[in-house]
Amino acid sequence: MYFPIVAGVFRRKVGEVKAVDDVSFDIFEGETLGLVGESGCGKSTVGRSILRLYDITAGEISIDGAAIGQISGSTLRRMRPAMQMVFQDPQASLNPRMTVASIISEPLEEHTSLSPEDKLDRVGSLMDSVGLNRDFMNRYPHEFSGGQRQRIGIARALALNPRFIVCDEPIAALDVSIQAQVINLLEDLQAELGLTYLFISHDLSMVRHLASRVAVMYLGKIVELAPRDTLYESPRHPYTQALLSAVPEPDPEREAHRERIILKGDVPSPANPPKGCTFCTRCPKVMDVCRTVPPAPSLLGDGHEVACHLYPSGSGLGNETGTNTEA
Amino acid sequence: MSEQATAHRPRSSHARSQWFDVLDQFLTHRGAALGMIFFVLVCVAVTLGPALWTLDPNTIDIRAKNQGPTLLHPMGTDQLGRDTFAQVLAGGRVSLAVGVTAMLLSLVLGTLVGVIAGFFRRFDGPLMRLTDLFLALPLLPLLLVIIMLFRDTLRAAFGPETGIFILIVFVIGITSWMQTARIVRGDVLALKEREFVLAAMSIGTPSRRLILRHILPNVLSPIMVSATLGIANAIITESALSFLGLGFPSDFPTWGRLLFDSTNFMTLNPERVIWPGLAISLTVLSVNYIGDGLRDALDPRIRGR
Repeated sequence: MYFPIVAGVFRRKVGEVKAVDDVSFDIFEGETLGLVGESGCGKSTVGRSILRLYDITAGEISIDGAAIGQISGSTLRRMRPAMQMVFQDPQASLNPRMTVASIISEPLEEHTSLSPEDKLDRVGSLMDSVGLNRDFMNRYPHEFSGGQRQRIGIARALALNPRFIVCDEPIAALDVSIQAQVINLLEDLQAELGLTYLFISHDLSMVRHLASRVAVMYLGKIVELAPRDTLYESPRHPYTQALLSAVPEPDPEREAHRERIILKGDVPSPANPPKGCTFCTRCPKVMDVCRTVPPAPSLLGDGHEVACHLYPSGSGLGNETGTNTEA
Repeated sequence: MSEQATAHRPRSSHARSQWFDVLDQFLTHRGAALGMIFFVLVCVAVTLGPALWTLDPNTIDIRAKNQGPTLLHPMGTDQLGRDTFAQVLAGGRVSLAVGVTAMLLSLVLGTLVGVIAGFFRRFDGPLMRLTDLFLALPLLPLLLVIIMLFRDTLRAAFGPETGIFILIVFVIGITSWMQTARIVRGDVLALKEREFVLAAMSIGTPSRRLILRHILPNVLSPIMVSATLGIANAIITESALSFLGLGFPSDFPTWGRLLFDSTNFMTLNPERVIWPGLAISLTVLSVNYIGDGLRDALDPRIRGR
């Protein structure tokens, strides 16, 4: 996913921001893939590209074996019900001039031919399943609290019985006590409806709680992808190690002895990333090869992939079924 | 509560409550309610008035010229002895019709251009340059040229009054849509990046319905404001054209024409300027208040406060 940079009177293209570059991963049916990384590393862009809210520059996205990377128009529209999105800011993601009922029934308007009564029934049952009172149907979004608004957003995403939901930092704008409610709701819905999630977040503890596998991004690339427990117990990539060392410990004894890896410097501009490994400017274990050759992902067994020269590539990539994306 | 009751109760209240709420909020806005009453009164007066006030506005009674207000002529008479009250009533009909129609035309044009330019990136450049072009045109000479060129053809086709009406409405509409277009474009550009528009895209809502359902209701406030200002602007432009002798025929009273005809006699009988002036200002004011109230009433966030 490259965004052009234009400048000058004639809007000439002078470069491009490689917001997401050379990313490839699978999401298996019924699982939750956590996507973590610092601000601006391209997490949301990945989520939006998968749903084809952006036109991808190159590569392919397939869901359920159907390639959706390059299709457009009505073909894409027919695929929309299978994949939905929950947004970060529940305030901004609901149209302030529509009632809750019309917000939740918008997907039904677009993709089904239900009668008004059936639509209202469906809206009611969706509101039940996300824990909202049916009587609030005719209210407007501004009359709800943040957590309730996020529930409205989730109900809208569920309206068409999707199989895959991109959760783009659904809890970042919420209070901590409300975060737990929303996370529990997401978990319950997954158990009930067999949903597949791509859970984008920068809250490492929440991802640990929710995800079955975790991908770590840095500057538009996935640096490490592993099952949750493997990643949190034995992070391999230096960036992952630094990131995890920043998670606070609840136990004050252990918190006092926690070793933090402090990274120096700033994230390079994605318009002009370093030549070799994108992390070479800040890596505590940098080697000469890092500055010239971009590392290829290597499989360490047990589904643990890491893109770092410290771990020379052994075998190639496994491409399983499920949702698979490259952009 | 039974299942049926849960399913059906909200719907009935849904259909009723929303418009009821809008009306309720509109009436709580005192200025808007008063403005509405006044505007309706003016409309009724200019449509039904000439039937009740049977004096013909064009009857010349030279012996009763330049009179002040009397029982026979409540607003006095002009230099030819024509009844000012009858003229104000007849003129209001034309002025209001021109104002409302020209406003609607410029509003539709401006909103269309603004929404298309803001929403579809590839049309943004060309449409905005077109808007700049229209803004840069010297308005009055352009109006004069258009009217010179087309007046006679239109008069021949639709008769003198309808022909000039169409011409004036068209000319005013076509030269006053640019501000609306610019404001709407700016708002649409900002709205397009909001997450609820993105959410609608991820649902697969086609652009047409996305604009109608999400964009237009949210740019309603600036459109309302330009609409109310547009009526005022149209009435005043029509007055200016009449003054230059390029509007309606001279025996055809409009508020603007009455005003300009009376300026010469302002020292002699000042009330002749006051009547049409008052009619113009009060109408414009009431329309402004109506727009204000409507904007508040249609915004669910303000409603009920």
